[in-house]
Amino acid sequence: MIAILTPRERQIGMAMAIGLALLGLTMAALGGHDPIAVHGFMALALGLALVFAVGSVLEEPAPNPARLQQYYDDPIKVGIVLAMIWGVFAMTIGLWVAALMVWPDATFGQAWSSYGRLRPVHTTGVIFAFGGNALIATSFHVMQRTCRARLADQLSPWFVLIGYNLFLVWAVTGYFMGVTQSKEYAEPEWYADIWLVIVWVTYLVLYLRTLKRRAEPHIYVANWYYLAFIVVVAMLHIVNAAAIPVSWTGAKSYPAFSGVQDAMVQWWYGHNAVAFFMTSGFLGMLYYYLPMRAQRPIFSYRLSIISFWGITFFYLWVGSHHLHYTALPTWVQNLGMTFSIMLLVPSWASAGNALATLNGAWHRVRDDATLRFMFIAAVFYGLSTFEGSFLAIRPVNALSHYTDWTVGHVHSGALGWLAMVTFGAFYSVIPQIWGRTAMYSPKLVEWHFWLALAGLLTYVFSLWNAGITQGLMWRAYNSAGTLNYSFIESMEAMRPYYIARVLGGALFLAGICVGAVNIWLTIRGARDAAPDRPLSPQAAE
Amino acid sequence: MSIFKFHYNLEKNSVGFVVAIILAASVGGLVEIAPLFTIDDTVETLPDMRVYTPLELAGRNIYIREGCYACHSQMIRTLRDEVERYGPYSLAAESQYDHPMLWGSKRTGPDIARLGGKYSDDWHEAHLIYPRAVVPTSIMPAYPWLATTPLDVEGLGAHLAVLAQLGVPYTDDMIANASRDATAQARPDSDAATGLVDRYGEATTIRRFTDAREVTEMDAVIAYLQILGQLTQAPYAAEVPQ
Ligand code: HEC
Ligand code: HEM
Repeated sequence: MIAILTPRERQIGMAMAIGLALLGLTMAALGGHDPIAVHGFMALALGLALVFAVGSVLEEPAPNPARLQQYYDDPIKVGIVLAMIWGVFAMTIGLWVAALMVWPDATFGQAWSSYGRLRPVHTTGVIFAFGGNALIATSFHVMQRTCRARLADQLSPWFVLIGYNLFLVWAVTGYFMGVTQSKEYAEPEWYADIWLVIVWVTYLVLYLRTLKRRAEPHIYVANWYYLAFIVVVAMLHIVNAAAIPVSWTGAKSYPAFSGVQDAMVQWWYGHNAVAFFMTSGFLGMLYYYLPMRAQRPIFSYRLSIISFWGITFFYLWVGSHHLHYTALPTWVQNLGMTFSIMLLVPSWASAGNALATLNGAWHRVRDDATLRFMFIAAVFYGLSTFEGSFLAIRPVNALSHYTDWTVGHVHSGALGWLAMVTFGAFYSVIPQIWGRTAMYSPKLVEWHFWLALAGLLTYVFSLWNAGITQGLMWRAYNSAGTLNYSFIESMEAMRPYYIARVLGGALFLAGICVGAVNIWLTIRGARDAAPDRPLSPQAAE
Repeated sequence: MSIFKFHYNLEKNSVGFVVAIILAASVGGLVEIAPLFTIDDTVETLPDMRVYTPLELAGRNIYIREGCYACHSQMIRTLRDEVERYGPYSLAAESQYDHPMLWGSKRTGPDIARLGGKYSDDWHEAHLIYPRAVVPTSIMPAYPWLATTPLDVEGLGAHLAVLAQLGVPYTDDMIANASRDATAQARPDSDAATGLVDRYGEATTIRRFTDAREVTEMDAVIAYLQILGQLTQAPYAAEVPQ
C-alpha cells in the first residue's frame, strides 16, 4: 500500500511520521503525571509505527505511473475497515451503558468503567468514530466517482484518515481517564480540538483540489452535502471549542463561554452536529448510493436544490429548542421553535426525493437487502425529522425534555437513519472497490438487515414509552393538588423499558457483527472483475 | 426560473459553492447568539452572587470528570410541576460563572440545581460511596474511590487565574491563596478558615471534614453539591409563575 506512493511522497510521509513522534515525545515528556502524557505516548507510538512502515519501503523503486489512470481506493478501504471496528466497539459500549441502567453494579468497580465515563465513549464512538470514518471513506469514493477524477494526491488522504483516528483515540481514551470538557458531542480537550482543526482543514483542501480535477462541469448533489458537512462542522467546532488551558502541559481547560451564552453556543453546536455531521454528510451518502443501487436517477434535481439550501440555512437557527423554558431569553426559544417547524419542509423534501427515486424500483427494494437498508434509512430520516420538529414545539417539549423520549428520538435517527444508510452504502461500495461482483454472502446481508430492523424497533418503541411515561409521571397531580409521584417512583417505572432497550441494543449489535464477518469474508475472498465507472483520462498530478 | 439558472452556474464553481454555504450557515448563529453577549438583561444582576471557592471548584471539576451531568440536570424550567418538585426556577445569573455550564439534558436522576442544604454531608458521603445503601432501588453508579483519592489542591491557583482571565471576578488575593483556602474549607478549626470566610463571605459553608485525614475528592464533591443553588439567595425571593 505504501509502495504505491512516489519516493518523494514517501519522504514527506517519513518526515511527517517523525514529526508526529516528536510531538508525542514532547507531550509525554512535559506532561508528567497528567493524562496528556499518556496521549503523548500514544502519538509517539503511532509516529514510530509509521516511521517503520514507511521506512521499510522508502528505497523501493518508484511506482508504475499507470496507477494515476485509476481511482485511488486504498484510503477508502482502510476507512471502511476502521469504521466497522469502531462501530462494533462503540455499540458494545452502548450495550454496556444500557445494561448499567438496569444493573448499575455491572462495572469493574473502577473509575474508568463507570457510567459517566462510558457514555461519551459510546456517543463519540458511534457518531464520530463509526459515522466519521464512514463519511470520510465514502466521501473519498463519491468525490472520485462523481468527478471521474483520482484523488488530488496520495498523501493527504492518509493524513486525514490517520490524523482523524488519532483524534478519536485521544478522545475515547481521554474519557476513560476522566479527560472531558463535558460539552455534549464536543467533549475532547483543547489539544485534541486543535489537532482536529488541522486534520479538518486538510480534508477540505483535499476535497476542493479533487473537485477541481473533475471531468464533469457540474458538481454532483452528493458533493454539496459532503461539502456542507465539512465546512459547517469546521465552523461549529472552532467556535464551540474556544477554551483556555490551565497549563500548556496539562489536559484541563476552561471553556471560553459561561452560563446562558455557553448553553446557547453549545446547543447551536450540538444540534448542528446532528444536522451537519449526522444528517448532511449522510445525505451525501444517500444521494449517491441510493440512485446507484436502485439504478434510477434522482427523482428531482430542483427538489435537491431546495432541500439542500433549506437545510443549510434553517438548521443553524434551531439549536435553542434544546433550551425551552430555561433561563435563555424567550425570544431565542421562540425563534428556535419556529425554524424547527419550518425545517420539516426541506427535510421531507429530501426524504421524499429519495423515496420517489425508488419509484419503479420497488422490486429491487424487495429483493435486495442493501437497497432496503437505504430505503429504511430514508423512511426513518423522514420519521425522525418529523418527530424532531414535533418535539421542538414548546408544550410538547415541556413533556419530553429531560426524559428518555429524547434518547428514543436520537436513536430513531441514529440507528434508523445514520447506521442504516451507512450499512447500505458499505454493502454497495465494498464489492466495487475490492473488485468483487457481490458481497461474500447476500444471505448474511439479509440477516443483518432483519436483526438491525428488529433491534431498531425494539429500541425506539421501548424508549418512546419510557419517555412519555416519565414525563407524565413527573407532572401528575393527585386530588389534593400535590405531585403524585416521587422521582424515585418514576425511576423505578423505567426498569422494564430499560430491559427492553438492552434487548434491542443486543439485536442491533448482533446485526453489525454479522455485517463485520460478512465484510471480512468478502475482503478475504477471491478477486473477480467488477464494473466500475471509468476514470476520465487525465494528466498526472 | 432564474434562481435555478443561478444555481446551475454556482454548481460549476467549488469555491463559490463553499462561500455560499458559509454565508447561508452563518446567519442563524449571528442573529441568535451575538445579542446574548450585548443585551444587558440577558443575565440578571444579583448583588449577593458569589464565586465558587477553590474547594467547590475542584468538586465541580470532579463532577465534570465523572460525567454526573449525563444523568443530572441543573436547570429548573419555568413550569409549575418543576418548581414544585425542585424549587424556584433557575435564573441565568446563577450560572454566569460556570465555565462550562452544566444545565444538562437528561434526568436519569433528579435535577440538582437546588440541592445545597437538602441533605447532610454524611448522607452524601454514604450515597456517593454506594447509592443503594441509602436508596435501595437507585440506579446511580457508585463512586467509592472519591473517598480514598486525596484531592490535588496544589495547582488550584492556576485554575482560578484562568477563570479570572475569562471574566470570573476572582481577586489576586483569592488566586494567591487558592490552595490554602481549599484545605481551609475542609478544616474549620484551622486559622486559615477565617481567611477563607473573609475572601468568599459569611455564607461559605465550612463543615464536616473535621478529622485529621487528608482532604479527599469526596470532600470537594460534597462541598460543591452543598453550594448548588446557594451562591445567591435571589431566586428564593422571586415570584413563581405558572
Ligand atoms: C446513571 C445515571 C447517574 C449518574 C452518572 C449519576 N447519578 Fe446521581 N442519581 C441518579 C439517580 C437515578 C438518582 C436517584 C436515586 C438516588 O437518590 O440514588 C440520583 C440521585 C442523586 C442525588 C440525590 C438527589 C436528590 O435530590 O435526592 C445526588 C446528590 C446525586 N445523585 C449526585 C450525583 C453525583 C455527584 C454524581 C457524579 C459523581 C452522580 N450523581 C452521577 C443517577 C445518576
Ligand atoms: C447497539 C446499539 C446501541 C445501544 C445499545 C445504545 C445505547 C445508548 C444508551 C444506553 C445511551 C445513553 C442514554 C441515556 O443516557 O439515557 C445512548 C446515548 C446516545 N447514543 Fe446510543 N446506542 C446504540 C447505538 C447508537 C448509534 C448507532 C448511534 C449513532 C450513530 C447512537 C447515538 C447516541 C447518542 C447521540 C446518544 C446521546 C443521546 C442524548 O444525549 O440524548 N447510539 N445510547
